[in-house]
Amino acid sequence: MVREVSESCLDSLLTEVVSCYCNRFYPNKHDLAARRIEAIGYQVGHQLSERYTMERPRFNDHLEAIKFICKDFWLELFKKHVDNLRTNHRGTFVLQDNKFCWLARMSIDPFADSGKSPEDITSPTAGNKATHAMKMHLYFSCGILRGFLSNLGILCAVSADILTLPTCAYFSLSHTYTEITL
Amino acid sequence: MAPVAPRSGDAIFANIERVNAELFTLTYGAIVRQLLTDLEEVEEVNKQLEQMGYNIGIRLIDEFLAKSNVSRCVDFRETADVIAKVGFKMFLGVTASVSNWDAEGTCCSIILEDNPLVDFVELPDTCQGLYYCNMLSGVIRGALEMVSMKTEVTWIRDVLRGDDVKLLKQVPEEYPYKDDECFMLKKIKISKHLFKDT
Repeated sequence: MVREVSESCLDSLLTEVVSCYCNRFYPNKHDLAARRIEAIGYQVGHQLSERYTMERPRFNDHLEAIKFICKDFWLELFKKHVDNLRTNHRGTFVLQDNKFCWLARMSIDPFADSGKSPEDITSPTAGNKATHAMKMHLYFSCGILRGFLSNLGILCAVSADILTLPTCAYFSLSHTYTEITL
Repeated sequence: MAPVAPRSGDAIFANIERVNAELFTLTYGAIVRQLLTDLEEVEEVNKQLEQMGYNIGIRLIDEFLAKSNVSRCVDFRETADVIAKVGFKMFLGVTASVSNWDAEGTCCSIILEDNPLVDFVELPDTCQGLYYCNMLSGVIRGALEMVSMKTEVTWIRDVLRGDDVKLLKQVPEEYPYKDDECFMLKKIKISKHLFKDT
């Protein structure tokens, strides 16, 4: 029997960590906050990869590893599979989750900024601020994926995007190549 | 309408959404590790963990009250029991026990035999001053403050720090347990000897 805790424990923990790093530690330095949040995710992903791939043979190629993520790994973490996987066959993979659980219960308050009138909702800045807040939460998940893959020997960059707010998230994994200049 | 009976911790835990505890444990561990890297001072990390726990607790109490249907506790003993049997069970899936009551009934220990936060955890020698689970103290303090109880929650013994007994917490009550009175601050000092291990 796998040990379980309530979902709200994890949700509260993640929300608080993001809030702590974004508002308390690095209030106006979102890049620094994002990097730390991603680093936390990286450690988690790294350790999870050891535990979840212990009993299976080595992955033959990157596609197999990504498929494992889409099916088994996502199932362990989020109790569902990734809804869509796409690749450009040149090292970039896009995972699409239509109801990413860590975003599923987030709401965006269009009046979050004081002094904004209703007409400003459609302005780019209001939407950006909300999306920006959600992206900070996604850095953790990106870190998990990057950590998971790095422990399998696959070095890559992971970025996430929100398509249809707030329930769709893309994770785009692309190989990092080292450039050698002569 | 007949009042709804309070639900047991097991029943609530069976009915809520649950996630893999490993993910939670590893996330907590990674957070502590990152805090140690960023803040460097163990005391500062302890403080931040408690503060984070407090911020979580002031919100978690709403979910607790909504899902558990507990009626107002008549005294601090009942509060401590509810925390140990219902609170810990419905969130962490483990039951704690309460003991070591003092004469006035304002101070007790909550014993966690099984704590998901410390699965797979070993503290290195450089972190001996760290209260690894300090977030739990903050959660309890924050939650109780929202129901008009000011408490101090401290760690007495911690298996991660090499003590023989499993985790203990001391919860002294600072406010009188009365219904509509505003609380008055009463300082209760935790005796120093409790921090020294035999």
